[in-house]
Amino acid sequence: MSESVVLRTIGGMLFPYILVYGLYVQMHGEIGPGGGFQAGVLVAAAFILHSLLFGKELTDRLLPTWLVDLSMSLGVLLYIGVGIVGLVKGSYFLDYSVLDPTHPAHAEALGMTLVEAGVGLTVASVILTMVRKVNGEPA
Amino acid sequence: MSDPVLLINVLLLLLAIGAALAAMWTRDLLGAVMLMGIYSLLLAIEWANLFAMDVSYTEAAVGAGASTILLLTALTRTGTREKAGPNFHPTALLTVLVTGAVLIYGTSDLPRFGDPLAPATVHVAPEYITQTVGKVGATEATENDFGDHVPNAVTAVLASYRGYDTMFETAVIFTAGVCVIIILRPLAGSARRRTAGSKEDA
Repeated sequence: MSESVVLRTIGGMLFPYILVYGLYVQMHGEIGPGGGFQAGVLVAAAFILHSLLFGKELTDRLLPTWLVDLSMSLGVLLYIGVGIVGLVKGSYFLDYSVLDPTHPAHAEALGMTLVEAGVGLTVASVILTMVRKVNGEPA
Repeated sequence: MSDPVLLINVLLLLLAIGAALAAMWTRDLLGAVMLMGIYSLLLAIEWANLFAMDVSYTEAAVGAGASTILLLTALTRTGTREKAGPNFHPTALLTVLVTGAVLIYGTSDLPRFGDPLAPATVHVAPEYITQTVGKVGATEATENDFGDHVPNAVTAVLASYRGYDTMFETAVIFTAGVCVIIILRPLAGSARRRTAGSKEDA
């Protein structure tokens, strides 16, 4: 936890903006540079900054460990789940176009958005977990 | 050397090499971590200079951000001075030199940077580009694979054309996270045993 008032004030002001920027990179990944991986790292960085400035306990209350562990596996499951939907609907694995039979092109974009969300979830929670565990937080 | 972009590239790479060498030679581990962060940031600018914006993002966020914080966190548990000892390891130098020579020899077979006749440029890239890039607001008749929703070709390649790769990359990251939890969980859970062990070591 940082003792410096300047660091805590500026960091506290920056925290939501880093989060929103991470979400922007996530949502905007199809149009601009970025995507799930970059967004995940940004979101994780926001929470790491939060824990450096305000202490591990507060961040833990904001984002409990079980939730991070859960979203870590949920991300991969979301990715594989989208792939399996393709299989169930009678096409090949990871064929997004069957998600919306009336408009395959839109379904492709939808599938990519879902898949990127899965990547983002996993990356954010894995990086957060790594820093937390190395920091010696009780499991 | 009249080309300003080339000049910037050379300057950035020289600075990056300097930062890497300094990180190797310094005994202060805190300084070494900071130098590696600077190195990553310089490489991120270099990637941006080569129009690889997605790689630049990743380098800045992971190399300069997350891994620096990870190493700093590790330093708070290990101490910030390197153990005294020889700074020169002949076997390590030999390994690096041989590997580097092999890699440089391998680049002689690669096509020139931005070569329009390179196999990747004439084979798959045109297909990717015609299907995804620069078609925002096109009419229904000329609609591409993704209904004009995905003008960024890099994302299209990563998430759709190369969906399997990205899925397994995500699985690798997930596995890394699980390994960290498995390896560090007993350490974190038994603080008393750890302090007792470190006393025995001393």
